[in-house]
Amino acid sequence: MIPLSWYLLLSAALFCIGLYGVLARRNAIAILMGVELMLNAVNINLVAFWRYLTPDRSVGLVWATFVLTVAAAEAAVGLALVISVYRNRDSVIAEELDTLKN
Amino acid sequence: MDILDLLKSLLSLSLGDFIRRNFGTGPGTELLIDIGGVVILSTFCLLIVIFLIWLTRKIVARMQDRIGPNRVGGRYGLLQTVADVMKLLSKEVINPAGADWVAFNAAPLLIVMAALLMWAVMPFAPGVIGVNLNIGIFYILAISSASVMIILLAGWGSNNKYALLGAFRAVAQMVSYEVPMILALLVPIILASTMSTEGIIAAQTLPFILFAPVSALIFFISSLAETGRTPFDLLEAESEIVAGFHIEYSGMKFGMFFLAEFLNTLFMSGLVVTLYLGGYRFFGLENWVSADGYPYGRLIGLIAFFAKTFLLYFIYDWVRGTLPRVRVDQILNFNWKFLVPLSLALVFFVAIVDKLIPTGTNVVVRMTIHLLLNILIAAVALELLRRRGRQNRLAMSAGGGSGGVEAVAGHGGGHDDHGHDGPQPIEDVPDVLDTPLGVREPVAVPAH
Amino acid sequence: MSQQIIFFILAAITLTSAVVVVTIRNLFHAALALMVSFLGVAGIYVLLEAPFLGMAQLLVYIGAISILIIFAIMMTRRLMQTNESPFNSQAVGALVGAALALVILFVVIIRLYPMAPGDGVGQSAMAVDPAILQSSVARMGRSFVSAEAYVLPFEVASVLLLAALVGSIVIAWPRRGEEDNQ
Repeated sequence: MIPLSWYLLLSAALFCIGLYGVLARRNAIAILMGVELMLNAVNINLVAFWRYLTPDRSVGLVWATFVLTVAAAEAAVGLALVISVYRNRDSVIAEELDTLKN
Repeated sequence: MDILDLLKSLLSLSLGDFIRRNFGTGPGTELLIDIGGVVILSTFCLLIVIFLIWLTRKIVARMQDRIGPNRVGGRYGLLQTVADVMKLLSKEVINPAGADWVAFNAAPLLIVMAALLMWAVMPFAPGVIGVNLNIGIFYILAISSASVMIILLAGWGSNNKYALLGAFRAVAQMVSYEVPMILALLVPIILASTMSTEGIIAAQTLPFILFAPVSALIFFISSLAETGRTPFDLLEAESEIVAGFHIEYSGMKFGMFFLAEFLNTLFMSGLVVTLYLGGYRFFGLENWVSADGYPYGRLIGLIAFFAKTFLLYFIYDWVRGTLPRVRVDQILNFNWKFLVPLSLALVFFVAIVDKLIPTGTNVVVRMTIHLLLNILIAAVALELLRRRGRQNRLAMSAGGGSGGVEAVAGHGGGHDDHGHDGPQPIEDVPDVLDTPLGVREPVAVPAH
Repeated sequence: MSQQIIFFILAAITLTSAVVVVTIRNLFHAALALMVSFLGVAGIYVLLEAPFLGMAQLLVYIGAISILIIFAIMMTRRLMQTNESPFNSQAVGALVGAALALVILFVVIIRLYPMAPGDGVGQSAMAVDPAILQSSVARMGRSFVSAEAYVLPFEVASVLLLAALVGSIVIAWPRRGEEDNQ
């Protein structure tokens, strides 16, 4: 007997923690971790709505699986970029990668 | 409550029914049965390892023309493992200087947990299963993929270069071999059209090894690599990197890794039996229910399951006692250039052929078609290997042995610019090691 | 009742480790906490009777993404030895922004959905035949490949994965002449 709103609150809290990580961390890898937390929060929402509103259809599960797929692709490309940047610039601090600024 | 009833229930492996008969069927009783089941299953798994270790030592000793354990506990050394466990338990608990305390101590606990969790979906006899998940095989894959992470944890947490090297090798090897393993698993799943372990056994009126011998072989090979046993024991490789990821562990923490390895091997034997050899099936006898309603057939099923499982376990030990270790590039080449394409082709053709066979076809006809398909695929694969081998031999005799690596592997591709993707993690290691993460500095390990 | 206890335990695990992920200085420990958080979310999926997704979460996040992250941390470790703050100059602003977003989301959710457990819509999980939930994985599989449902997104997702695979290899591959500084 868990109300839907509890899951939504959990998801909102997880999303905001992830958001804080993305905005506040210096290290690019830590920023990626924040993004992963946010994607997880979104997925909790999708699955909760699926179970509470349309358990007889597969739409929620299907989109949650797509989010999972995209998260995997995002992590692979994101980390490859981080490693490539690290090779060229010797830094993974997001603030220091400001060549385009000047 | 009746002692005879209790004995009969015990003998027919239906203790849960006995409790329900005598204490009613409330949620409390169910909880009691569930907790009791968890305790019995995990205790059984942990205890059987004592016997397994003795068995492996005996078998390998015989193969190497030795006697093996023969002092503690009578002529056959049956209590040798108990004595070893006593010794491990009484040893000092050591945390190496500079080790990451959390990672170092969490890893041995987690690896045993992961090894035990997988047993939850193993069907021992009809109705004797931890939980009959309808995604049983997927559950096994998920848990076993987590154990890669745990090994990385152990290797990194130890603050030792051999441990880290071993962990890198383990990750490269286990992540790679997961691919053909999953693809090979898809074949019995397609044939049974279910992911539940009980469902797969129920579908095997004829064992699936007759339908899909190639898939069974691929699964067997990749399970050897997944459990890190010879000839794929590069992650331990005593003669190269001392002991791999668990070099810094001593006492019972080392014992935990040892325990998990044996548990995993037995589990893999059980899984091969479940997927390809009909599990607990024994000519229908396993479903026999006596006149007064006790399913004594379960006992027959249990015996059949363990007989098959220990036969498979003997084969694992046989391989271990026979084959030498292969090199890291050979391992990865063999996987990516041979096993993965072969299993992909296998899944593709099995799915098409199984779809083309109309439902309701006699099972023998269906089996014959699948068997012929498997033989065809195996023949094509072997022919391709033969041609590649001949090309390599010619190249070697012409080019002064430059193709030697590939020729030994016997199946590798000819493109040399890809030759170094195998050992890449190893090349990266030296400069990982001279400056570890965070505040950690390399510290000489004190003598024990 | 027991479900509520399990929910609170899982939520506590997930949120605590998520906070650790975004605040701790040692990146390796952050990655470990991230794994624990993923595990908690997988438990939430199982609680929501979507065990397939829970297992997929384990397989993809803990079996693959965490390993990638830890490898990336190991390959870029030199910069983590500095003792400077793990946060950038806008950390305070980020905290205020995230807290504000949290408050807004909470208010919206509480306005839209009832908070108290009960029998109404949104107060407890929709009662369905257990067989429907049991077959949800099979229905999902069919809708992935049926032309009326999600075959196009499914194929697009597989192309995306292939592109990510090729792309990340190309990006991370050392260029010629760079090998000597590796």
